[in-house]
Amino acid sequence: MNTQRNIEERLWEFIDGHSSLEEKTVIERLLQTDVEWKAKYSELLEVNEMLQSSELEAPSMRFTKNVMEEIAKMHIAPATKSYINKRIIWGIGLFFMTMLVAILIYGFSQMDWNTGESSAITDKLSKIDYTKFFNNTWVNAFMMINVLLGLVLLDNYFSNKRKQFRKEA
Amino acid sequence: MSTGLNDNELISKVLSGDHQAYAGLVNRYQNYVFTLTLRMVKNREDAEEVAQDVFIKAFKYLADFRGASKFSTWLYTIVNNTCISFLRKKKLEIHSLDNEKVFEVADSMDSGFRANLVEQKSRQSMVHNAIGLMGPDDAEIITLFYKSEQSLEEIAQILGLEVNTAKVRLHRARTRLKEKMETHFAHEVKDLN
Repeated sequence: MNTQRNIEERLWEFIDGHSSLEEKTVIERLLQTDVEWKAKYSELLEVNEMLQSSELEAPSMRFTKNVMEEIAKMHIAPATKSYINKRIIWGIGLFFMTMLVAILIYGFSQMDWNTGESSAITDKLSKIDYTKFFNNTWVNAFMMINVLLGLVLLDNYFSNKRKQFRKEA
Repeated sequence: MSTGLNDNELISKVLSGDHQAYAGLVNRYQNYVFTLTLRMVKNREDAEEVAQDVFIKAFKYLADFRGASKFSTWLYTIVNNTCISFLRKKKLEIHSLDNEKVFEVADSMDSGFRANLVEQKSRQSMVHNAIGLMGPDDAEIITLFYKSEQSLEEIAQILGLEVNTAKVRLHRARTRLKEKMETHFAHEVKDLN
């Protein structure tokens, strides 16, 4: 559909050099044959040229001097990386992991494992009385926090991976 | 002087103790930073103050610049955060992209700009004035695209947008700029043609 907006968007892409080869050929042909496209193209091209030729605004002459005077009284802060001690992070992680494992061991030791004659492990698992373990608000809250923290970390990991992938692409 | 050095070389010098080398970075990026701040805070005095603040913050946290992106990209994040805090402090309304008030404010500012135009009827000032009438989001993307030599991909990255969204935002900003020029500077546009 050749709406005004559509024409403009296609022409901006063409001017910016973002059109595909096929689209470029189509637009070049349209510019030779279609008066409306030709007029719109000259309009947009003019705006583009104005923007390209416009210069950046300049601050006062003393700008650099002012900044240098200010920074003369300052020190560069150490990189964030250097003052975040990895041992602390690992320590916190280890604490949560230990708590999780301890609670699981305690919980499973409280369960009734006598599930009858059947020896199949899946059968036994399906008959375990989990209510003996997840019957405490604090345990449930702790497990929930752990699960949430795990999900946040997983989300961070995947978004970092995605950023890395985009950069490489 | 350290002007022949590239950004990363200047940064290494500063980090190794040659603080004077920072002047090279300030000289190189002062217009870029000032233009961005001016387009966000809309006042030359405030913009200069904010721009200075940006360079001071950038110096303080220079050790955090890892060189994974361009220095200008890193600097932009400081510009953006500093402008937002400044505007919050001043309790000024940050106009969003679709906020119609921007245009009402623009219309009220128009008479002032017109007076200026009598004296400085040039293509340059007309573009600057028209950009000044736009919302900060529009002005920002136009400045980044035309003046900071950032690709659309880099702009999308620093604005936290998808490339296609950045592209659409840029198209719309340019369309609005064209409309602004046609509405507020119709005579000047005619004179320039």
